[in-house]
Amino acid sequence: MKKFDYTIQDNCGIHARPAGMLVKEAGKFESKITIWKEDRFVDVSKLIALMGLGVKKGDTVTVEIDGSDEEKAAEALEKFFKENL
Amino acid sequence: MREFNGKSVCHGTAYGRAFVVKKADVSVERKKIEDIEYEIKRIEYAKEKASRDLEQLYKKAVKEVGEANAAIFQIHEMLMEDADFLEAIYRMIRTERVNAEYAVAVIGNYFSNMFAGMEDDYMKAREIDIKDISNRLVRNLQGYESKEFAMKDPVIIVAEDLTPSETVQLDKEKILAFVTVHGSTNSHTAILARMMNIPAVIGVPLELDTIQPDTLLIVDGSEGKVIFDPAEDVRRQAEEKIRQEKERLQLLQMQKGQENITLDGRKINIYANIGNVSDVRYVLENDAGGIGLFRSEFLYLGKKDFPTEEEQFNAYRQVVQMMAGKPVIIRTLDLGADKQVDYLKIGCEENPALGCRAIRICLKRPDIFKPQLRALLRAAAYGNLYIMYPMITSVEEVKRIYEIIEEVKAELDKEEISYKMPKQGIMIETPAAVMISDELAKMVDFFSIGTNDLTQYTLALDRQNESLDEFYNTHHTAVLKMVQIVTENAHKEGIWVGICGELGADMSLTEKFVKMGIDEISVVPSMVLKLRKQIREMRIES
Repeated sequence: MKKFDYTIQDNCGIHARPAGMLVKEAGKFESKITIWKEDRFVDVSKLIALMGLGVKKGDTVTVEIDGSDEEKAAEALEKFFKENL
Repeated sequence: MREFNGKSVCHGTAYGRAFVVKKADVSVERKKIEDIEYEIKRIEYAKEKASRDLEQLYKKAVKEVGEANAAIFQIHEMLMEDADFLEAIYRMIRTERVNAEYAVAVIGNYFSNMFAGMEDDYMKAREIDIKDISNRLVRNLQGYESKEFAMKDPVIIVAEDLTPSETVQLDKEKILAFVTVHGSTNSHTAILARMMNIPAVIGVPLELDTIQPDTLLIVDGSEGKVIFDPAEDVRRQAEEKIRQEKERLQLLQMQKGQENITLDGRKINIYANIGNVSDVRYVLENDAGGIGLFRSEFLYLGKKDFPTEEEQFNAYRQVVQMMAGKPVIIRTLDLGADKQVDYLKIGCEENPALGCRAIRICLKRPDIFKPQLRALLRAAAYGNLYIMYPMITSVEEVKRIYEIIEEVKAELDKEEISYKMPKQGIMIETPAAVMISDELAKMVDFFSIGTNDLTQYTLALDRQNESLDEFYNTHHTAVLKMVQIVTENAHKEGIWVGICGELGADMSLTEKFVKMGIDEISVVPSMVLKLRKQIREMRIES
């Protein structure tokens, strides 16, 4: 399993558009990808739940990637967060 | 006459009849069903149709409001395919043996309430997105076409709230304005209204039931006001405002993208004056060729202490980047006289207009001047930046500035910070500068005439003193002759000269200035297109 932390820079947090992009990005990989905010977590393939997590600017989330292509997925997602959030 | 206040999300004024949109609360009946798989199939079909419709809406929205704003309909499609949402619906059909529309309505409600209950205002506003998709699915299940608003004449839409699909489906030609009871500035109605440039006021505390269809009302988008059954004089004012806005829009449509060129081929640059980063929007909206005067004082005024180099660098960089290669002339600190800040500690002066101000502060206090110069040189690497020094009276001052510039460059080199050396010019706003403009022209890349101060110093007349208004002749021959002298001296040395004071926007003088050979005029953004029109209708060779 791979994981990384990221602090959200975007003013709106994980809002609708980047959430949709994130779900699409995560969908490219086999691995199961979960995102944690404090003690709550959601499956990144689920858009409503992801938006419902209410991640705001300044929040630190932990992204966990577990599966056959976790190396590649972790790299891609970290890049995605840096570029979009 | 009844007046209400709300939040303005898109400026502009409208006057017309109300078209009240009652919430199409899709009513669904709970029915007991036998064939579970059949209900699930129905949902699949409803989704397929919704998918096609959303694709259409997306395409329409891309054309009208651009891709970034249209993306909401792609999000809607994803929300509709959300595993949690669908599973909950299927589960309900299976365990409670209810009809598909009932399950969609209940689950849709559940999820939209979840968003409504969130703390964050942005997320709260997503309630309507979930409602939009569940209503869409229910309508498809019931076999209704989505309802089109049938409007013959242009109307003002008055609604509780509008879903994104309702907003985009509306025929733009038939809408004068939006008024909604709910909705935040983050709502799609708000965003789309702004993009479509339709006046909109949201969050207006109205009881829709009390509004008769076709009631006349005024929507004042700039004030965030809605007035029902306006009195005669109020209506006239609104109509006058609408007329002016229309005129401006026409001007914009006619003049946007056109060159500032006289009938006989003289080209002039028309730039805009701004005092804040957020003003860049108006510069672009009004199609100015550049920024002719960016007053850097906004960074200093209303603060407890000097702005840091980083703060300044970020502001300057943002502006040159937003202007994307167009010239941005930034005037260095012009405090003192009528613009005071406590932390500068200038103290009381007998004659502040003749006192420690502008470049004098900078030359006395390199510790204040240098951070600004460093920020400017660094930001210059990101676009087309020019530095302009105010209140110059002598050749020595310019020499001293250049010495400080050399020091700043050496420091930046030593610290290995990247920068670009911008072109440098000076304001001509003292009679002294006019008299030695032949010498100054050899030292700088451009002149910009600040007519306000030049008039005050030439006529020895305090601008702040209202009792002297009768002596304050803005068209004084002395000042106009000075403009002529400065222009000639500038051109002898092959540098360009602009006007950035109030006289630049005085349309009774434009022809004179153009004939004198002025190369650039910088005015408030709202004047740019008017000036362009005037120049395009002008002939200078007689």
